[in-house]
Amino acid sequence: MKPRVAVHKFSSCDGCQLAFINDGKVLLGVTSLVDLVHFAEAGPVDPYAKVDIAFVEGSVSTPHEFEMIKKIRENSDYLVTIGACATSGGLQALRNTANAEEWFKGVYAHPEYLDNLKTATPISDHVTVDLELWGCPVSPKQVVTAVRWLLSGVQPSFPHDSMCLECKRQGNVCVLVTQGMPCMGPVTKGGCGALCPSFGRACYSCFGPSENPNTTSFGNRLEGLGLMPDEVARRFMMIHSNTPEFAKAGKHFKGIPVVEESKEGGN
Amino acid sequence: MFDPYLQHEAEIIERIQETDDIFTIKLRFTDPEFNKAYSFHPGQFNMLYLYGVGEVAISIVSDPTEHEMYSHTIRVVGRMTKGLSKLKEGERIGVRGPFGRGWPVEEAQGKDVVFVTGGLGCAPVVAGINYVVQRRSEYGKLKILQGIKQPSDLIYQDRYDAWRKQPDTEVLLSADKGGENWVWRTGFVTSCIEGLDIDPANSIGMTCGPEPMMRIAALALAKKGLAENDIYLSMERNMHCGIGHCGHCQFGSAFICKDGPVFPFAEIKDLICKPGF
Amino acid sequence: METKKLFLVHNQLSKLLSSLNQSGYQCIGPQVKDGVIVYDVLNDVRQLPWGVRDLQAPGKYRLDKTANPENAFGWANGAQAIKPLTFKSEETLWKVTRDENGQLAFKSIDPEAKPVAIIGARPCDLAAMLIMDKVFIEGAYKDVRYQARREKLFTVVVNCTAPSANCFCVGANGDVRAKDHFDLAMTELEDGFVVEVGSDAGQSIIEKLSLQPAAIEQIQTADQRLEAAAQSQTKKLPKGDLKEKLFNNLDSEKWNEIAKRCLSCTNCTQVCPTCFCHSEGDVPALDGASSEHKRLWDSCFTEGHSRLHSEVVRDDTAKRYRQWLIHKLGTWADQFGTSGCVGCGRCITWCPVGIDITEEAAALCSEQEKSK
Repeated sequence: MKPRVAVHKFSSCDGCQLAFINDGKVLLGVTSLVDLVHFAEAGPVDPYAKVDIAFVEGSVSTPHEFEMIKKIRENSDYLVTIGACATSGGLQALRNTANAEEWFKGVYAHPEYLDNLKTATPISDHVTVDLELWGCPVSPKQVVTAVRWLLSGVQPSFPHDSMCLECKRQGNVCVLVTQGMPCMGPVTKGGCGALCPSFGRACYSCFGPSENPNTTSFGNRLEGLGLMPDEVARRFMMIHSNTPEFAKAGKHFKGIPVVEESKEGGN
Repeated sequence: MFDPYLQHEAEIIERIQETDDIFTIKLRFTDPEFNKAYSFHPGQFNMLYLYGVGEVAISIVSDPTEHEMYSHTIRVVGRMTKGLSKLKEGERIGVRGPFGRGWPVEEAQGKDVVFVTGGLGCAPVVAGINYVVQRRSEYGKLKILQGIKQPSDLIYQDRYDAWRKQPDTEVLLSADKGGENWVWRTGFVTSCIEGLDIDPANSIGMTCGPEPMMRIAALALAKKGLAENDIYLSMERNMHCGIGHCGHCQFGSAFICKDGPVFPFAEIKDLICKPGF
Repeated sequence: METKKLFLVHNQLSKLLSSLNQSGYQCIGPQVKDGVIVYDVLNDVRQLPWGVRDLQAPGKYRLDKTANPENAFGWANGAQAIKPLTFKSEETLWKVTRDENGQLAFKSIDPEAKPVAIIGARPCDLAAMLIMDKVFIEGAYKDVRYQARREKLFTVVVNCTAPSANCFCVGANGDVRAKDHFDLAMTELEDGFVVEVGSDAGQSIIEKLSLQPAAIEQIQTADQRLEAAAQSQTKKLPKGDLKEKLFNNLDSEKWNEIAKRCLSCTNCTQVCPTCFCHSEGDVPALDGASSEHKRLWDSCFTEGHSRLHSEVVRDDTAKRYRQWLIHKLGTWADQFGTSGCVGCGRCITWCPVGIDITEEAAALCSEQEKSK
């Protein structure tokens, strides 16, 4: 019997689910290997079916999602979060540290119709997650490899090395060193294949913090490139503002004192 | 041209579950000529390849004269070893090797031999012990010291009993913390070294286990009078290539994969247990 | 090989190119791309960086115009040395297929071993490649892919008349002039190059060009330029037994100070022409029928580099930077009989926060003298 797989959507833009759909060969490959029992964007709908593997896109932002993720967890042997929103809270987690009520009033004619939680949080804040795939969007290559390893009964594992390592392997020229661009590569996890620098653009950290990021030294360097402290803070407080590493850096460069950990700097 | 990176297909002929998380696989290369020609030294390792996942360095535990099958005893510690643990008899893996410097079993001939091992399933030293036991008359006194944390950790009871029956062989078991039914020693295994009846000028020490334990054992053997070049330790680092190219297993000036994994204490005493090496 | 020096005027460069092409070499040479000098396929000498110089500072690289638009080698070095020509940043070592019975078939992937001529390698690039040879082909085990590429590489070194502010080859026991192990070595003057032949292969290429012997004044001018270039370098590594000095300082507070600035981003190791660390891993096909075993450039600044089961041996930046520095300047000599640093200065230029290996090494080594 083929393994049963579900692809769920929470608060998100649907972009990560496209990792399964955009490449026809991948979709055909996946459907020949697994039984897709729930994947609303592609057809089948059965959100509470028992499955072997559940892929979850999006953050927990509403009371409904708060309940739903627990049921999904109960019904899944193995749970994978796909993308920035599901893994760290994503862009919408920016509201966690802002006056979200004011935003709602500014955006919606009838904000009273909204039924939101005060915060947008990653799936791992609510249930046990077996594998996290980062990125906005995720890397289809990582998704496919993860599927293969899961089918082979092996725990998937991807490096958390800095994006610079990938960038150099691609043969790119460093946009920070040659053009003074505020490229986030040195503190960002690779996995994207150094996409932005390959096109001469600065990385904006959609894969989140690398292992061992030195955000203080890097932020100081961005100031040296001419960014104001508030601009530095915003480089960190974007897609992954809800990760502890970037939240701390954001506060530090906004001038909010951050209690330094004992092993600061080297870690 | 010989490509040292290339794997060779081998079949799992037999699989033995030793404990909950330790298992032994007996392998045979599917190419009969290659299987016959394959030879190794006790203490050397192979890079085992789990299909579609990757490679892991595992020491060889079978006797070098045994060419029917080659054995690896593996403890489940990560995704690779976990994956290998799921394989059944008849399944295929890749093997390349053997690599590295093994135990000085030839140099030890005619001498007293002390094995000190700590922790569970320390496969590299078992290869050394088996080698000596198989050729018992070629060696002097044999001392086998096994340390464990607690009595419930003791495995291979029958193996110790068999070794103990060998002539002029002493097996000392020691648990850091004893218990009601524990009839053997209580305390660190390294504390047994002082009282050993051996001829230090004519002895070889071989140790394998956690680095702090190996270091203390080596120092105790040295204090007993063994030369630092007669005390051997089996080291472990993150080997990717096995041939000194990939850089991962550096330990000061040494590459553990090709200069080790077995080292005389004199070569590594300055760096062992130094954080960051 | 002692041969008389020749002179190649600038407009004969294209003849050199076609001579190499006719002998079956694909030419690779320096050119401007993305604001930096890179080595890429060279089909036409007009692609060379004519009239271009580089301005390098810690963490900074910019291109500028030189006073002489007729010169093609008025710059020091680019983002990468010639390392990627022989040691690929990513390559498949072998492929394995699995049939329906579970039988595995391993197939070594043959290296791309087309004859390649590198035009404009720097003496430091060449020195670094000779070190890489020790790693990959002069030990007990040979990397067949590296070897195949290396054997088919024709090197035209252009000696360095314009070191950057970050260059310190002289202070790393190297030189701005290549002495041997090249096929051709050239020193650029206003109107052309003084050419030296270093091998039979070099001789057979140069013969086809019917060059005039270099005049004594031309040879003297070339020597003067190289001498001036060597003199212009201000950075240098500390003298003496660096391994001993660094090992005496394993517990220095200095490592933690560096770690406060170091991003552990791996850039220094990725631009270093002698860093050889790599990782191996599988990329399995989705259908489970095959897998590619790949080798990727790795770095001692990653967590994965020293991972041992669930533990990381070098769990912080201080330990990783220390590993890198004492290997490069210290233990390397035990392993390969040479320093691991050729003084190209790339790790200084391409460090996003501009950490300077010569300054850190000097501070660490002088600390030891203080404590003595």
